Amino acid sequence: MFTAQQYVKAATLQEAYELNQKRNNAIVGGGCWMKMNRRRYQTLIDLSGLGLDKIEKTPEEFVLGAMVTLRQLETSLELKEAFGNGFYEITRHIVGVQFRNCATLGGSLVSRFGFSDILTFLMALDCQVELAHAGLVSLEEYAKMPYDNDVLAKVHIAVNGRRAAYESLRQSATDIPVLTCAASVLNGTLRVVVGARPMRAVALEFSFPETDEALAEICRQVEETVQFGSNLRGSKEYRCRMAGVLCRRAVCSLKEGTSC
Amino acid sequence: MSFVNAPIRKKDAMSLVTGKPVYTGDLIPQNALVVKLLRSPHSNADIESINTAAALKVPGVCCILTWEDVPDARFTTAGQTYPEPSPYDRLILDRHLRCYGDPVAIVAAENEQAADKALRLIKVKYHVMEPLLDFTKAKDNTILVHPEDNFRALCPVGADNKRNLCSTERMDIGDVDEVLKTCDVVVERTFNTKANNQAMMETFRTFSYIDEYGRLTVVSSTQVPFHARRILSNALQIPKSRIRVVKPRIGGGFGAKQSVVSELFPAIVTLKTGRAASIIYSREESMTNGSPRHQMQMKVRVGASKDGVIRAIDLYALSNAGAYGDHGPTTIGLVGHKSLSLYGGLEAARFDNEVVYTNTMGGGAYRGYGATQGIFAVESAVSELAAKLGMDPCVLREKNMVAQGQMMPTYYNEPCNSCTLDKCMAKAKEMMDWDNKYPRRVLENGHIRSVGVAMAMQGSGISGVDIASVEIRLNDDGFYTLLLGCTDMGTGCDTILSQMAADCLDCDLDRIAVRGVDTDFSPYDTGSYASSTTYVTGMAVVKTCQVLREKILKTGAFMLNVPEETAEFDGKRVFVPGTEKQVTLEEIGYASYEGHNRCLSASESHSSLISPPPFMVGMAEIDLDPETGKVEVVDYVGAVDCGTVINTNLARVQTEGGIVQGIGMALYEDICYSASGKMENNSFLQYKIPSRLDVGKIHIEFESSYEPTGPFGAKSIGELVINTPAPAIMNALYNATGCFFDTLPVRSEDIFFAMEEKNK
Amino acid sequence: MLITVTINGKKYTDEIAPDMVLLDYLRQKGCYSVKRGCETSNCGLCTVHLDGKPILSCSYLAARADGHSVTTLEGLQEEAAEFGAFLADQGGEQCGFCSPGFIMNVLAMVRELKDPTEAEIQEYLSGNLCRCTGYQSQLRAVKNYLAHKQEVQS
Repeated sequence: MFTAQQYVKAATLQEAYELNQKRNNAIVGGGCWMKMNRRRYQTLIDLSGLGLDKIEKTPEEFVLGAMVTLRQLETSLELKEAFGNGFYEITRHIVGVQFRNCATLGGSLVSRFGFSDILTFLMALDCQVELAHAGLVSLEEYAKMPYDNDVLAKVHIAVNGRRAAYESLRQSATDIPVLTCAASVLNGTLRVVVGARPMRAVALEFSFPETDEALAEICRQVEETVQFGSNLRGSKEYRCRMAGVLCRRAVCSLKEGTSC
Repeated sequence: MSFVNAPIRKKDAMSLVTGKPVYTGDLIPQNALVVKLLRSPHSNADIESINTAAALKVPGVCCILTWEDVPDARFTTAGQTYPEPSPYDRLILDRHLRCYGDPVAIVAAENEQAADKALRLIKVKYHVMEPLLDFTKAKDNTILVHPEDNFRALCPVGADNKRNLCSTERMDIGDVDEVLKTCDVVVERTFNTKANNQAMMETFRTFSYIDEYGRLTVVSSTQVPFHARRILSNALQIPKSRIRVVKPRIGGGFGAKQSVVSELFPAIVTLKTGRAASIIYSREESMTNGSPRHQMQMKVRVGASKDGVIRAIDLYALSNAGAYGDHGPTTIGLVGHKSLSLYGGLEAARFDNEVVYTNTMGGGAYRGYGATQGIFAVESAVSELAAKLGMDPCVLREKNMVAQGQMMPTYYNEPCNSCTLDKCMAKAKEMMDWDNKYPRRVLENGHIRSVGVAMAMQGSGISGVDIASVEIRLNDDGFYTLLLGCTDMGTGCDTILSQMAADCLDCDLDRIAVRGVDTDFSPYDTGSYASSTTYVTGMAVVKTCQVLREKILKTGAFMLNVPEETAEFDGKRVFVPGTEKQVTLEEIGYASYEGHNRCLSASESHSSLISPPPFMVGMAEIDLDPETGKVEVVDYVGAVDCGTVINTNLARVQTEGGIVQGIGMALYEDICYSASGKMENNSFLQYKIPSRLDVGKIHIEFESSYEPTGPFGAKSIGELVINTPAPAIMNALYNATGCFFDTLPVRSEDIFFAMEEKNK
Repeated sequence: MLITVTINGKKYTDEIAPDMVLLDYLRQKGCYSVKRGCETSNCGLCTVHLDGKPILSCSYLAARADGHSVTTLEGLQEEAAEFGAFLADQGGEQCGFCSPGFIMNVLAMVRELKDPTEAEIQEYLSGNLCRCTGYQSQLRAVKNYLAHKQEVQS
């Protein structure tokens, strides 16, 4: 468990940003992952007074506050209406309801954990993060950026007719995934995101496969082009093979009515 | 009314479900020092120097102890009857650190923050040595885990610290090699099992203080209060008469708390400072320096005739004691004795074993205690034999299983007095619909559904060793106090033994008041382990009740002024049949508290020369996704012969809980070490125990035999139930894939690549 | 720092350390039902309700609870005993160490879900680990309790 000398509930995003510039200060998201580190912080910065716990919808996009909990994502009827079961599928395996009532969207994205179900799925959508300093950055780009002192305030998800599907493989039901895969389609373009490689998720694009052979070729390309590694949960070789399987399954569920 | 064989609610249930502060951690005195341990960052190192000066200056730090401050007398922390078979190979703090996390220094402070700060400020210089991590290379390795000269084994277990041997043993019945030569079919395979963590929800914890008589009182979450008293005495080098051990409610044990893990640290602080002191192990400490199941490698050869008569089994087992030999020499015995004995007609059997020291975490007792590993190996080999013979694995077992009335040469030559293994098999087949489901079917989604089977046995107490005493007192108003020395760790033995007492004394369960263990007040009991409580302590209850009944009758007859032979006691009164003469139990209770009479109490002990095995058949139905190798246990059935079931609810929950632990062991509980010997799965994030979404449906039925030497015909239940899942699931996996799996845990990845290899 | 928290209906104002988690604060206030079973937010033993929602008090900073309302099993004794009796009648409490967190989540589920299916029950409760029971008796208890509640209502 970390220690801290001070706790500040930020009154404005600017205040949070300024506090976060000090190396020994840190923002508390849900606290679930953060408590596992043993760092000695000077000041903990709490964003919970900034009204960032809302899911807002405009005709063009969803705007999700950084402090929206995973449980909110899981149970939001609006998100379900727009993205089907996607948000339920990416959250339901994460530890338990109590955990998901604490853990936040912002915490999940800022950490950019390789094993993140959230990051994998959101990368398959048209998603931007709104940073206090840098402004809007595409999630795909953000996923590649090193950790910095900016403050993630909101997440914007375009509502543009993109359909997405999600698959994950786990050793046990509430464990961290061995591999995650999201697939989405918009205007005939297929985007495939592979996470828990175990490194951070990466995205690839293809033209949407109309035939089984074309899909098989895409799965083969995913296996070949994506880098995989080994850790306690699985070997590089297994992950590579499973990427093809999960990719095919995700694409198949996008193709309604097609059997694979 | 009879309370035995009924679904009785546990006596302490309502206090537990309403969250009352009844556990060790809830009872720590306000002013107790917080004790923390500086732990070794190396798997094999000597301490060259320790500088505690800066740490001692931290405000609130009360004392820091190092290897120079503790007695130089080796002991074992294994909770076993004296003289313990586990070698005396430990010190409270040792200059030689033998595994990652071995304690380097003890810090006691007024609060946790001060203790943590002090831990950071202790400067230690280590002489780091190469660790010995591969237990298959431990024997006669140049790296010695216990090079010290004051290492000693109290029992002739074949220990030799200069060869890294914790124990060795051999059992020969007939000429195995000769019989195997003449067998039509022989299966030979090597099996591997990992260390498993008990993962009880309440981690190790203890507090201690000096009481008003100047004695050391140790309140601890322990399964073995009386052994803990002796171990504390050995380790601290103070007389046992100066020590009192108290056991409150325990948040689970499963054998972990059959070793003294956390007790010594606050105790020595209390002795040195005179202050109350407490320690609560973190989950990480419980994972890295607890007392897990021994890692093992087992080579099995099983031979049979072509019509399926199993003629000989040869078993060699190698066990990894880790850094310390707790329970090493004894767990290994069960590997053979409680697996080979499942088969009644063996012409020859051999069981060879070695237990070796390495620089991994020291092992301990975990539910099943070696039987789990042995049964996994032997049952898996028997299933492979069935496959080789082209037989249904149930049919092969029906042909060969041990039966009531047989002698069991591989089981210390004990008679099989009670056994319904045949009925268990029939019942399990019916529950699983085996004949229709065996071996597999393919579902529309491509998943494979298959079934698998395994048998299991355990013991009921340690024959000729375990001893239980019980005291029952009659109080005014005619209620009883039942004093026990066995430890309820959530299993419900306080309730089960009260049920027996109520039936023996013909009274209502509410008339029995029962207590947790306090070594000052409770009668001696070896403790709750080795599946002994129901069978051994239960018999002590029965005996004690008989004696108390006689005393009550005698007093009643005296009060009625009639000859004892003419009077009867029916639980409520002593009376003379056919007359109006009677005196109630209440009146007898009050009278016994008056000067002219004597208080009525009885205390009896029990020990058994045999350890009657309970038996079980377990069957798993799995769902396998052949594209990923992902396997899920859909259904599990267990048919159990534990003799008479004393509490039908609690026996069922024991069985369900044991099966789920077994499923975890089979599929994902996997202690891994880094190249330097640091445990990699040291948390619930990395060491996954089954959640409720992982275990499918479990169905339990009892096929009770009647054990003539047990209380009300009962045998044990607690350990038996963990033994079938691993071999049953492996058998189901074979039936699904045609591949044999011999190394636990079997992960999706292993299944996927094995299937791919097979389909090449 | 100073916080004001309502615990089981009673308001408390206390000086606390900024890095104190709610679990430790609650135990300090005598709520001993709240247990710690891990350091990695995995076990569910420390479950309490924050403004009616189940959370992990081991992961939640006490400072953040300022101005909020926390409920522990000590504050729900009647309901704990009511559901607890169903659990006890299955022998499903066993060692009891995970029972308070489990019961807190069952009571949260009853408030949140209407007529949950078995799958919904299992999923809602999946963050509550138990090493003793194998979960089957807990499920039987929850189902019996829900059936009983429905019977009482109709």
